[in-house]
Amino acid sequence: MRTAYLNTLQELARKDERIVSLVADNGLIVYDDFKRDFPKRYFNFGISEANMVAAAAGMANCGQIPFCYTISAFLAYRSYEFIRNDVCFQNQNVKIVGIGSGVAYSTLGPSHHATEDIGLLRGLPNLTVFSPGSPLDVRNIIHAAYEIQGPVYIRLGTNNEQELYEREYDFKVGKAEILKDGRDLTIIVTGRIAADVLKAAKKLEKQGIHGRVVNVHTLKPFDKEAVIRAAEETGAVYTVEEHSICGGLGSIVAEVLAESRIGTKFYRIGLQDCFAKGYGTYEEVKKANRLDADALCEKILKLHCGQ
Amino acid sequence: MTDKEHLKQIRKNIFCTAYKGGAGHLASAFSVVEILYVLYCKGILNYRPKDPLWEDRDRMIMSKGQGCLALYAILSKVGFFPESELNTFCQPGSSLGGEPKLGDVPGVEASTGSLGHGLSFAQGIAMAYKTLGKKNQVYVVIGDGECQEGSVWEAAMSASHFQLDNLTVIMDNNKLQAMGKVSELMSIEDWGEKWSSFGWDVSVVDGHDVEALKNCLGQEHQAGRPRFVIADTVKGKGVSFMEHVPIWHYRMPNEEELHVVIEELEIKKEELGI
Repeated sequence: MRTAYLNTLQELARKDERIVSLVADNGLIVYDDFKRDFPKRYFNFGISEANMVAAAAGMANCGQIPFCYTISAFLAYRSYEFIRNDVCFQNQNVKIVGIGSGVAYSTLGPSHHATEDIGLLRGLPNLTVFSPGSPLDVRNIIHAAYEIQGPVYIRLGTNNEQELYEREYDFKVGKAEILKDGRDLTIIVTGRIAADVLKAAKKLEKQGIHGRVVNVHTLKPFDKEAVIRAAEETGAVYTVEEHSICGGLGSIVAEVLAESRIGTKFYRIGLQDCFAKGYGTYEEVKKANRLDADALCEKILKLHCGQ
Repeated sequence: MTDKEHLKQIRKNIFCTAYKGGAGHLASAFSVVEILYVLYCKGILNYRPKDPLWEDRDRMIMSKGQGCLALYAILSKVGFFPESELNTFCQPGSSLGGEPKLGDVPGVEASTGSLGHGLSFAQGIAMAYKTLGKKNQVYVVIGDGECQEGSVWEAAMSASHFQLDNLTVIMDNNKLQAMGKVSELMSIEDWGEKWSSFGWDVSVVDGHDVEALKNCLGQEHQAGRPRFVIADTVKGKGVSFMEHVPIWHYRMPNEEELHVVIEELEIKKEELGI
């Protein structure tokens, strides 16, 4: 995802000199091309995320298009009030790009995890919230973020995600993508954990359960229709996120279902109001928190069949 | 009118505005009157009141949003909006709130209110002007109490690092904050030494002396360094019983106190609508 982000940013920056890059002591080596090609449009603010975000709002106020980049957890939590007051309240054209969302910094633990960021940020007026599932999502999202005249938060994973799509798709802001169709149940997912959900769905196929997998790359505005269709057509909706079940995708879907008055089977899979347990590789930490493909398959089977 | 008369008129407008709105940080506004008067009325800032978004304007960010009564009084005085609008302050339908809001009020350059934001925001503007090769100057008014916010020092470091010699911070050094004396709540030995050690070009001035402020702010920037002006002021300046008294951060005068204000600021009762 990171390479897809940087390549797209580079491409856009070449075309539009209003684009500037702001980092907060994160992005060693990976920003070298940008620095080389646009030295006057690259600023490292050091370890001061809040300061960077507010300065970005000032730059946007002068017509520039700042892309602020650092670790998601530090952006979302450390600079939250600055995102709120300087960027969103003043409706400034700032793009906030977080790297290492979810439990990507698996060896470092919860200080570096962004597992409550969606819940925090989606409540902010004027902010568009993107959560890509694959490099192709990232590419489309960065182009969309550039076109949007206003605040955007983009929740990136890291840099080794597999591509979920076989080919280019018709990307629209606020329109969820069906990665795999099915009639028995729907799994709605956001972020890079979509790859695990696809694996889990394939395992469910072997058990005779044909699940639909819906990838929500835009959390705000949210594709309510996709949820309503899923509930009506499949009768069961499960959400999966590498995030707390409080305030994230599961909560958004619950809000949609409650207001639509559709009775359906529903369950939120994610961190159950806790910080992620354990250290290890990304796969190991997911496993420790029952968010790997096997655990997801097992959980959904149990929920769906009462096994 | 003499400067003295203009200043009295501004303080009078501040009080009438707050009185009619039934709210406002009076003392915070009174301390910053001369600073804003010099910026807007003594040729320091370039601006066009009838074209508030004029591309070549200088920017003035009121980071201590609690001083907005003074900002509104000045902005209306120099023609950004009619003085009559002051009468709507903090009332339903008004664009003049208890903290300034960008986009709602012509001449207001930032939404502030939560302290420790304005300097970082202004720094971004100053950086953009540098990148764009523009000559606009950027001014920020902060409070001394506001410097307890950590973000102020993040920006103090980075504005110096980025060599923003188009940025001037004026600290309204009124020595009081909501709950008492700044020196007692969070003592700082020497403001000048602190900012100077962060790489700023520091000067100290009497924040109620128009000529001194004009001379100070009219000076050329030192190349490559942002400028920090410590403007020594009195919180509540202009109303005897408010001066140096912390409670006037919040309070509005009772009937007895009102008579004193009316006398000292030479307000006619009809100007207060009573």
